[in-house]
Amino acid sequence: MTIDKVVSPASRATEVLGGELTESSLKRYLNGISGVDAVGLEARAADLGSRSIKTTSKAWALDRIISLIDLTTLEGADTPGKVRSLVAKGLTPDAADPTCPRVAAICVYGDMVPAAVEALGASHGLDEVSGGINVAAVATAFPSGRASLAVKLADTADAVAAGADEIDMVIDRGAFLSGRYGQVFDEIVAVKEACRRADGSYAHLKVILETGELNTYDNVRRASWLSILAGGDFIKTSTGKVAPAATLPVTLLMLEVVRDWNRLTGEKIGVKPAGGIRTSKDAIKYLVAVAETAGEEWLQPHLFRFGASSLLNDVLLQRQKLATGHYSGADYVTID
Amino acid sequence: MSRLAVPKTYKLYIGGKFPRSESGRVYEVLGASGEFLANAAKASRKDARDAVVAARAAVSGWSKATGYNRGQVLYRIAELLEGRRAQFIEEITLAEGVSSSEAEAQVDEAIDRWIWYAGWADKYVQVAGNANAVSGPYFNISVPEPTGVVAIVAPQTSSLVGFVSAVAPALVAGNTVVVIASEALPLSAISLAEVLATSDVPGGVVNVLTGSPAEMAPWLASHADVNALDLVGAGELDWVQLQIDAAETLKRVFPPESGPDAATPSLARIVGFTETKTVWHTKSLI
Repeated sequence: MTIDKVVSPASRATEVLGGELTESSLKRYLNGISGVDAVGLEARAADLGSRSIKTTSKAWALDRIISLIDLTTLEGADTPGKVRSLVAKGLTPDAADPTCPRVAAICVYGDMVPAAVEALGASHGLDEVSGGINVAAVATAFPSGRASLAVKLADTADAVAAGADEIDMVIDRGAFLSGRYGQVFDEIVAVKEACRRADGSYAHLKVILETGELNTYDNVRRASWLSILAGGDFIKTSTGKVAPAATLPVTLLMLEVVRDWNRLTGEKIGVKPAGGIRTSKDAIKYLVAVAETAGEEWLQPHLFRFGASSLLNDVLLQRQKLATGHYSGADYVTID
Repeated sequence: MSRLAVPKTYKLYIGGKFPRSESGRVYEVLGASGEFLANAAKASRKDARDAVVAARAAVSGWSKATGYNRGQVLYRIAELLEGRRAQFIEEITLAEGVSSSEAEAQVDEAIDRWIWYAGWADKYVQVAGNANAVSGPYFNISVPEPTGVVAIVAPQTSSLVGFVSAVAPALVAGNTVVVIASEALPLSAISLAEVLATSDVPGGVVNVLTGSPAEMAPWLASHADVNALDLVGAGELDWVQLQIDAAETLKRVFPPESGPDAATPSLARIVGFTETKTVWHTKSLI
């Protein structure tokens, strides 16, 4: 399924808020959103994490997890060679098992997009080719977001021009925490515009909230609404560079916002927890949370992703265990 | 007024912590005359899996420590055992139904063996390694290196001596171990784990499981992340099948031993779980 409805930047906000869109109307709207019951949220997340997923359900979940992974490398030491090997791993996660699904996307820094596109070759594009993989690029002075708007827009446009299908942008947490919602909003709108390709289509925009720096669940809920109102296609928890990164309660909260938005407007927004999800067991808890909150329809790469690197190997080990009946070891998967 | 007895629940030792079995199961450990001694955790295959993960994580640190350092750490354990003599003597007396002087002799033997092995830590490489003669201007040197994670089925008829005799030699070379203690006599093994937890042995180097060896051993034998298998106490199990399972992933295997001479201290028990690395190096660069 393709989510091809083009949302022109800021149109959502004008529709939902009504009247003239101003800093104060935005602030009034966001501050009017009810607070989060933190204890209830955490208890609900813990409860969802206690489900027992076995045998056929587990086998299904493991394959689904792989097809939802944004296989990521975001290191200062990244090289085109590292990106090529990551692409090879994304295309053929388990060389011993051709039935193993491919990942959803390769997530790299903007300057590595050409290397990823070249390595993917004919397999580039989740929607364009069967078995295709997208290229996602982090942009807007990732991970801190501390750069001028002009630099952020150039960063974004550069990655899109190089062939990135998805842009992972960071919001200005400093502006958000000091209450300058309008500035954050305008930035997302501008970046969304910078995602526009020559042919008029848009690269998918994932908005990173960096929940580890937002301090409260209330802020996460507001930032989620803000990002969606400004035109984000996905909301993403974290950069992976700040602890805590993705947690189940935070992801559950964001899923609830996405569900509410869907009820309000009929639109489907994606969610991407990133950072800190390393085991199949953890990842399965997220699948349960998605299915129980947003709905099973969300368990597809256009609406849910895992931002991860080491998770894939753990899932492969679990797949091998299910296939062979005995425990596998790290010697039987590639070293990343 | 008489005081209520407070029997101890013996837990597992995995990754430097003392968890209960994830299965929640326990079993009663009985004394020689059938009286209740304590509850011990009955570990499952998932506890064995967790133990292997912990052991694997500990391999790099323990195997990279110098032989001298490992010797010091192992010797320190013997020192701590010496300080807990009374506890071990009491446990062995109750569990095996032997006299306290017999139990004392067993504890002495266990400590002495531990010290004997500790001494080998910085010496076995010199004995088992070699400078090979080659027809060229090269140094050609073979050195033994630890194989990795060793799974052990400890001798089933001994509380402490058998356990020590199986675990210590694997540790000397820098391996980490997952050991299934004697099913009927597990208490001293867990008490030894309490000694390890308060010594300088990094968490995960020794992992102790109590429960049914018949239930857990097949999972460890076929586990692809276990490098070697010591079946010294597996005489009552289907150990031929365990060896076949182990062969699937090319594990080094020690066969079962029985009788009073089981697992006698020997250099072979150290060297058996090592891999030989041979390096060539030019004698001079002109």
